[in-house]
Amino acid sequence: MATTEPPEENGSVEQAPTSAALDRLLATMPDAVEHSEFQRGAPIVRIAPARLLEAMTFLRDDPACRFDLLSSLCGMDLSLTRTDGPRFDVVYHLYSVEHRHVLTVKIAVAEEQEAPSVTGIWVTANWHEREAYDMFGIGFAGHPDLRRILMPDGFDAFPLRKDFPLEGREKDHGCWRRPEDDDRYTYVAQAPEK
Amino acid sequence: MLGTRELEINLGPQHPSTHGVLRVKLKLDGETIVESDPVIGYLHRGCEKLGENRNYIQTEVYTDRMDYIAAINENLVYIEAVERLLGVEAPPRAQYMRVILAEFQRIASHLVWLATHALDIGAMSVFLYCFREREEILDLIEGYCGARLTTNAVRTGGMRLDFPEGWLGSAKAFCDEFPVRLKEYDTLLKTNRIWMGRTKDIGVITGERALAYGLTGPCLRASGVNYDVRKAMPYEVYSEIEFDVPLGSVGDTYDRYLVRLEEMRQSRLIILQAMEKMPQGPVMNKVPKRIKPPAGEVYVVNEGPRGELGVYLVSDGTDTAARCRFKSPCFVNLQALPELAKGHMVADIVALIGTLDIVLGCIDR
Repeated sequence: MATTEPPEENGSVEQAPTSAALDRLLATMPDAVEHSEFQRGAPIVRIAPARLLEAMTFLRDDPACRFDLLSSLCGMDLSLTRTDGPRFDVVYHLYSVEHRHVLTVKIAVAEEQEAPSVTGIWVTANWHEREAYDMFGIGFAGHPDLRRILMPDGFDAFPLRKDFPLEGREKDHGCWRRPEDDDRYTYVAQAPEK
Repeated sequence: MLGTRELEINLGPQHPSTHGVLRVKLKLDGETIVESDPVIGYLHRGCEKLGENRNYIQTEVYTDRMDYIAAINENLVYIEAVERLLGVEAPPRAQYMRVILAEFQRIASHLVWLATHALDIGAMSVFLYCFREREEILDLIEGYCGARLTTNAVRTGGMRLDFPEGWLGSAKAFCDEFPVRLKEYDTLLKTNRIWMGRTKDIGVITGERALAYGLTGPCLRASGVNYDVRKAMPYEVYSEIEFDVPLGSVGDTYDRYLVRLEEMRQSRLIILQAMEKMPQGPVMNKVPKRIKPPAGEVYVVNEGPRGELGVYLVSDGTDTAARCRFKSPCFVNLQALPELAKGHMVADIVALIGTLDIVLGCIDR
């Protein structure tokens, strides 16, 4: 469902914000856009995961959009708020050097699903996607080298998930410790019991 | 007949030229680098997790532990994100103060970069000179907020206090002295054949490739791409201040040196203008004691000394962020190291790590 206007009133924005790039995307591939809105003046668009690569390629190459810089890519765990939908979001922050405009793109990814990798569009996505995998366990289909980046290779949990415990030594954490295991750096990825 | 084989060696993580705890797995053919793979994470403290479990005020102190060479810039971008979420703004005088402090921090950060970069390549004296100047800036920063590195200088809604008496005078004195010193370093290095030989045409990257790699800051501008957040999306009072954005043409290590050197001069001009234009008035706006921004999200970018610092905050209406993401320019810039290093000699990897100006605290968060 695509919505162009009216933009939501949010924060201290006085005029109704507009985005030429967002309008262009809505005009060209309205069926790929699930939802679009403005938050504090910044355009945010949610895209169907299956159409992501197509939409991103368009956003990078279209002369009116020209988003040549992928400023940031991150995962997000929504298990506490979005209980009925997919668990994760992947959020892309795009910037265009030529037009000096920004766009936030989001896709939803369920726990057992993989997001399409955008490394073929922006090389910089490589490490960002590795970090999102490392922190949330989100898989990226088509990534050339998906392995952990910040945590040790043997680590078997995903620290930025909301159910990751905040206290206790890893060794003593029953839920992540195999009974036969005595090595404090080995974990079993299992959600702790609440 | 002699056999040849590729040699795999580790550079770091405990090596002084890696500027912290960076480990680079190198694959060498003789002395030529075939492949390099940076291994990071030794300094990972989970700043994002902390930001999602402590309230907005508590999280600010973690930001200056990330990029500890340029703490004020990190403070500033985080506070700007909180202010944008909350819908408050700093009073004009506080905005000018922020610009002055941020630019001083940029000069200090570039001085550390120049010092260590020159030291890595073999120019010892520059190291000592640069740290002398940086010491003066750290004294100024200490004179304002009481801390040299972990500044925590910026508050949501403004600044905690005005500059103390005599502070602006000392700042002015530093700015008057600084160009002479800068000229000195430039002369020291430009007449040094070793420096020129080890920086020119080393680690060339084109503008297009640099953008694809997501490079920002001086590394991107040295390749000729004009993207400076202070110009492109002015924050605070940068739109009222005149300054130039230096651009390189070749995109090699020497260009990155020239760009950063010129940035220091421009930062000095920004400070002088800001001190002149700074109005009188309050430095703090009314902000609720308990910061509970309305639900929503915001992504704020600032021009840090190393590139585009980003903070992505998602509020769910409570006093703790639902998602707190710190985009680190060093993390992104380091990713280009394998491409820069390919085909160069093993000794150049040290120059290349230096030219990217990485801070491991910022990379690992």
